[in-house]
Amino acid sequence: MSGVSIEVRALEKRWGETVAVDRVSFTAEAGAFTVLLGPSGCGKSTTLRLVAGLESASGGQVLIDGRDVTHRPPNGRDIAMVFQSYALFPHLNVAENILFGLKVRRVAKAERARRLDRVAEMLGLTPLLHRKPSQISGGQQQRTALARAIIAEKPICLMDEPLSNLDAKLRHEMRNELRALQRALGLTMVYVTHDQAEALSMADRIVVLNQGRVEQADAPRALYDRPTSAFVARFIGTPPMNLIEIARCEDGWRAAGVENGGTSRGGAILDRASVPVADARPVLLGVRPEDLALADAGTPGIEATVESVEYLGADNLVSCRTADQVLTARLPHRRRLQAGAPIRLTWPARAQHFFDGGSGRRLDGDGPAPIPAISKA
Amino acid sequence: MTRRIEWIHGWLLLTPALVLLFAFTHVPAVKTIIDSFFSTPRGARPATFVGTANYEFLLNDATFWRVLENNALYALVTIPVSIALAIAMALWVDGKLKGRGFVRMAYFAPTVLPLIATANIWMFFYTPGFGLIDQVRALFGGAQVNWLGDPQLVLGAVMVVAIWKEAGFFMIFYLAALQSIPPSLREAAAIEGASRWTFFRRVTFPLLMPTTLFVSINAVINAVRLVDHIFVMTEGGPDNHSSLLLYYIYETAFKFWDTAYASTLTVVVLAILSVLAIGQFHLIDRRVHYR
Ligand SMILES: Nc1ncnc2c1ncn2[C@@H]1O[C@H](COP(=O)(O)OP(=O)(O)OP(=O)(O)O)[C@@H](O)[C@H]1O
Ligand SMILES: [Mg+2]
Repeated sequence: MSGVSIEVRALEKRWGETVAVDRVSFTAEAGAFTVLLGPSGCGKSTTLRLVAGLESASGGQVLIDGRDVTHRPPNGRDIAMVFQSYALFPHLNVAENILFGLKVRRVAKAERARRLDRVAEMLGLTPLLHRKPSQISGGQQQRTALARAIIAEKPICLMDEPLSNLDAKLRHEMRNELRALQRALGLTMVYVTHDQAEALSMADRIVVLNQGRVEQADAPRALYDRPTSAFVARFIGTPPMNLIEIARCEDGWRAAGVENGGTSRGGAILDRASVPVADARPVLLGVRPEDLALADAGTPGIEATVESVEYLGADNLVSCRTADQVLTARLPHRRRLQAGAPIRLTWPARAQHFFDGGSGRRLDGDGPAPIPAISKA
Repeated sequence: MTRRIEWIHGWLLLTPALVLLFAFTHVPAVKTIIDSFFSTPRGARPATFVGTANYEFLLNDATFWRVLENNALYALVTIPVSIALAIAMALWVDGKLKGRGFVRMAYFAPTVLPLIATANIWMFFYTPGFGLIDQVRALFGGAQVNWLGDPQLVLGAVMVVAIWKEAGFFMIFYLAALQSIPPSLREAAAIEGASRWTFFRRVTFPLLMPTTLFVSINAVINAVRLVDHIFVMTEGGPDNHSSLLLYYIYETAFKFWDTAYASTLTVVVLAILSVLAIGQFHLIDRRVHYR
């Protein structure tokens, strides 16, 4: 069994007035781990269900291994799926649950036993085979659902937030297990989550959805280093990127809302040439918390007041107020900062991102990220 | 001291309910059992102890055997058929159906109607010549049939009424059970390529088993308990061909005024019902999955 590719072209799903999926296009390459990421209600599950054939599309196409399957029923698509709720049959024991599909498809008994042994062994379910789903833990249920998907030996596996019901520790373990399993079997995985940390740690490629549309589809690294919209910048990273509204002034660009008072506080924080716009429209300057640093005396920077300090061990998360905006900086723990202390923050020029204040699009072009993509294992 | 007072209070609070329960349930039940060992008092002649004479009479009472057979057949047909119909209707109404609120209500209507009213409606259906059934048959050149007057047909005719009445009632229970089955199970099965029938046989039906147990016990009890339509439609006739156990007890007690024999019949019916209910529980319970 090895993966096949999925291509989604301008897929649409409407329920009356609601547009759940709005011309979504992306490709999940064969053997790759693709994550659909986005906030609640953005259409992730609907997109996945359209790929699975559990919902009928209002428009667009789904191609699996190059064949148009848009109007095929789920079992004509060669897919396996793990549901968020696991969807285990409560009256069947673990073994019967795992074997359900094979029995339906009349796979020979000896073959069934052979595959069950292998899959149960792989997922550590062997001692639980005779228990009912209600008699095993959440993590074990999750593994049973996974086993049911894997034993089918389908080239594609779809998962809808499979880890959301687990506690933090188990979730972390399962993330690694899932990723390892997907690699070992060479499955094409499409995985839905609203947890950006989960997406970053597992994906080969992340498709960020927002209100039914694709915001950006990229490798995790590219997504983090070069978000193509303010939405993605805000969504990815913990804590997320700081977005500072800036406005053009006499000698460059200043933080918006600073001019009142007109003292030395504030003033230009960027010279005119560093912002890639010609006119005076509002612009968002983005800087990640870890790229902010305390400015040395005499160097340019943005004036701020410490509001609170959150101790994280290796470093501190410092919330600072500048004019009417709050910035978060991840600063080394050596500097002891007190609430109310005045500070000046600076950042390297390569760490700044600019977004259109109106549309939220990135200002220096949406082209592919200049960072070399990490090679797939 | 206070404990004692609490204890007295407790009993005082229970007394009204206990008195009613004893007066109207337990005492008559025990009295019935006792009566079944006595003769029926007539005029100046008081009841005398006759031992098992009433039971011996019962064993040789051809009418009793006829009625028992009727009732057994009645239960064996009406219970499975009304349960199967109830499941079928519930599956249909549970699906994506336009105007299913209306359909649901339509199915439930027979249950809301008193059985007497139901029986009256069916009397009209069955009337020879003018009845709905005969009128429809006439369109296809069918002859008149006296549905309720023919000993071969009469039991079937009353069974149809019972099924018509019970299926809608049972459907409500099945509908509730179906709606508690998560839709993701159907989707998971669809992805595995299970047909609708396979899904029903392997998943839906087993998950409905607790409901089936509940419904079937109720159905057995109803098969003995609900005889209102016999009163209205046939009065057990012709020649006891549509008489059921409870109706026979009624006739014995309040038409023939043979209270002792009626008591004997009652005891036997109760015994049969208890054995059936317990047996059902043990037989089905082992195969039921409770969530
Ligand atoms: N059956 C339905 N009928 C009408 N609207 C629906 C239906 N299913 C989903 N929607 C709407 O479509 C939109 C997308 O829903 P979807 O379930 O795909 O979101 P999601 O991204 O999976 O969210 P979550 O993270 O909360 O699961 C939502 O606004 C939802 O209200
Ligand atoms: Mg969802």
